[in-house]
Amino acid sequence: MLVFIKSAIRFATIFLFGSTGETITEKSGHLNLGTPGIMCLGALGGCIGASLYMESLGINAEIINQTEQVAAAAANINGFAAILLCILFAMIFAGAGGLIYGFLTITLRCNQNVTGLAITTFGAGITNFFINYVDRSGFNYLAAKFTAPISGSDDWFSTIFLSHGALVYTAIVLALVVAFVFKKTRVGLNLTAIGENPATADAAGINVTGYKYTSCVLGGAIAGLGGLFYIMDYLYGSWEYAMEDLGWLAVALVIFSVWKPNWGILGSILFGAFYIMPSYVDVSFAAKELIKMVPYVATILILIFTSILNRRESQPPAALGLSYFREER
Amino acid sequence: MDKSIALQLKNINKTFGEVVANKNVNIELYRGEILSLLGENGSGKTTLMNMISGIYFPDSGEILVDGKPVVIRSPKDAFALKIGMIHQHFKLVDVFTAADNIILGEKINLPSFKEQKKQIKEEEKDKNKQNLKLFALPFKRFSSRLKFNYLNRNRGKKIEEIAKKYGFEVDLKKKIYDMSVSEKQTVEIIKVLYRGADILILDEPTAVLTPQEIDKLFAVLRRMRDDGKSIIIITHKLNEVMAISDRVAVLRKGEHIATVKTSETNASELTNMMVGHKTELNIERSEPENPVDRLVVKELTVTNRDGIKVVNNVSFTARSGEILGIAGIAGSGQRELLEAIAGLQKTSGGDIIYYDPNKEGEEVDLMQKTPVEIRDLGVRLSFVPEDRLGMGLVGNMDLIDNMMLRSYQKGHSLFVDRKNPKELAEHIVKDLEVVTPGVKTPVRKLSGGNVQKVLVGREIAAAPTVLMAAYPVRGLDINSSYTIYHLLNQQKEKGVAVIYVGEDLDVLIELCDRILVLCAGKISGIVDGRGAKKEEIGLLMTANESGEESEGGPEKIAAAPEKTKAEKIKEMFDVATKKFIVKAAVKKKKKEVKK
Repeated sequence: MLVFIKSAIRFATIFLFGSTGETITEKSGHLNLGTPGIMCLGALGGCIGASLYMESLGINAEIINQTEQVAAAAANINGFAAILLCILFAMIFAGAGGLIYGFLTITLRCNQNVTGLAITTFGAGITNFFINYVDRSGFNYLAAKFTAPISGSDDWFSTIFLSHGALVYTAIVLALVVAFVFKKTRVGLNLTAIGENPATADAAGINVTGYKYTSCVLGGAIAGLGGLFYIMDYLYGSWEYAMEDLGWLAVALVIFSVWKPNWGILGSILFGAFYIMPSYVDVSFAAKELIKMVPYVATILILIFTSILNRRESQPPAALGLSYFREER
Repeated sequence: MDKSIALQLKNINKTFGEVVANKNVNIELYRGEILSLLGENGSGKTTLMNMISGIYFPDSGEILVDGKPVVIRSPKDAFALKIGMIHQHFKLVDVFTAADNIILGEKINLPSFKEQKKQIKEEEKDKNKQNLKLFALPFKRFSSRLKFNYLNRNRGKKIEEIAKKYGFEVDLKKKIYDMSVSEKQTVEIIKVLYRGADILILDEPTAVLTPQEIDKLFAVLRRMRDDGKSIIIITHKLNEVMAISDRVAVLRKGEHIATVKTSETNASELTNMMVGHKTELNIERSEPENPVDRLVVKELTVTNRDGIKVVNNVSFTARSGEILGIAGIAGSGQRELLEAIAGLQKTSGGDIIYYDPNKEGEEVDLMQKTPVEIRDLGVRLSFVPEDRLGMGLVGNMDLIDNMMLRSYQKGHSLFVDRKNPKELAEHIVKDLEVVTPGVKTPVRKLSGGNVQKVLVGREIAAAPTVLMAAYPVRGLDINSSYTIYHLLNQQKEKGVAVIYVGEDLDVLIELCDRILVLCAGKISGIVDGRGAKKEEIGLLMTANESGEESEGGPEKIAAAPEKTKAEKIKEMFDVATKKFIVKAAVKKKKKEVKK
């Protein structure tokens, strides 16, 4: 049971990064359906960053079979620097994805849904294609740094709270910070105003375009960390083609958490728990697939519930999906 | 009263395409006064004020603030000059509290780095703490530049001070979506004051308020005036003008007619200035040939979503071979009335009876029927909606497809019939001289007049027996307008009952056989188009509904001799003005509700 909770929290990190980033973007009134693709781009960026780092230590595909030499070189890995470099690369790649989306929807005022879907296809495709050309040798040593827990002891407290890698805590802290910024700071107030009513924000003297670009790029960059976590921590440096599906769950989580990243923390753990539950319970194949469906069903239920409740705070930003053009009155 | 000039407009001109919105307007506003800007719809009041508040830029002319010429290019510039405008459609974020809305986008002016350093050195005696604070200062400044600073906890203080000063009653923690219209307006006014405005412009502030709320608003406005603020209030309600303003500036068709002191004028003089003398338009008008009752509306009532009766107990008859004009201030219920007849609006009471000429005047009840059902019954209502590209035509589709909107459900073939619509489109283009590259051009690329021709052409092609047109000439140049008038007249001669909703009284008087005047959803009179006077209709449009009931039905009014009736109403109106019984006209468009 403890292991199950631990795995759920770990898995949740992927969704949490994705949904925090997506929430930032959506708060500015831009529905970025490109998040799955942007998360893939983050994975690709992180992968390239990690590869460059390993190369600098002399670990590459040529020497990977000489186990002792590799192990000796891997001992020189500076965990902090390596993780930071990977984060930087992931954010740059994913941010670039966000920038493309932003340019298309903000400046060119394309349809947001279509653009988002295009970005998803683009991001997933480019990642699946190029990631095989990235030299991923020795990544298992690097991944060990990502997954290194704070405490290795196996009492219940340590297992649940202290056994995770650095990115898990980063995700939770980030979600809390973003929630705080939305709720308590002027920048959050301005951003919310833009998502609700860009004309009003514009009339109040807020730089609408600037905010929108920042939120698209930053939202993309944060979502990209989900991809980095997936490849370096969850898969220990290998790659599977399941990233896109997880990205959609992250988008669903935004709705589930009613645009509040702090609720997103709990929501993501719940989503993670349901997603991995099939491996922990002994039921038929059909039942396992049904359990995997629960997060999607829960999202639909939340949508129905918030619509019935009709509280204005739990509605999506009013201008979500609409392009803003000042001269159009 | 302090007599210095706060704002002066010199020879302001503004045109939109061929339409002249403002022509050589000269107005000055003194400190500590309330100036009313009076005029009919489309007389350029709002355009003029939008130029002061930075939404439009004048084509020529000068704006002087405190005697200095200024350039106002955006709302920001206007704020910097301490000019604040309260728009008819509030610019507020619904999910925010009142306080959040008021401080939104506010600029915080930080003292310079050196000054702050000095301040810390002076305030903090402890050397260690001083160094610590000096160290933290750049970070603090950086974060506040990024606006990451925690929202000031006592931000409500300054707002409360303003509210107290002018006697506003507002709960700053209340969310906007929980507020009534009047509360929202209060928030808007406080917002403008909070930004430090000295010149306030209110665009029809009373249109959405109840009489009690209007009293409150006026009390606040008077207090602001006594505090030295200058206020411009746009309105077309004469009684309010008389009650609140110090001076009145009258606009007519974009031109400034006169500015008079309120104490030296009266309602009828203002009306004359507002509507002006009759101008000859030479619209042909034939005598109606043996008119028969075609459409009878009895005690029709429409209640909108807010529970306000937008059409209140309206009864009239539209006869064949006759143009029935509907006059009234915008939003007096014209739209709802037409939509109710066309089956697009839910009604809450009354009867609409249609006499089918094809079945020897058989009675058909149109109430509780959908537009499709109305058509299937053989009842031909051709409706030219106000919002041409929104309700009438699909902008992105070409002429043929738009023709097909009316016909695609006919026929039994698997595929839609494109041949007949194409012929129809070509026919319309030829007959009505529509300027278009071809029938395959998307409608949105045509000019307003041509769009209107296409729409009217399509509706007429359906050979209607009742043709309803709402503002068909809005935004059209003279020639296109005449084409439309001509088309309506043709229909009339064919024996169609035409209902025409218009803004321009000159046109209504020359075009229509009878004119029905709506005021706040009620019929304030039906006059004969041939003998009608502009002043008379103008008064009916702005009349209070009190006393109208005693007339005993609108048809009787029409039958009564005209002069005495006009005098009667004038009298009543003057009395009402003196007593200052403010009755609010309901003016709430669907769009606003949506937003």
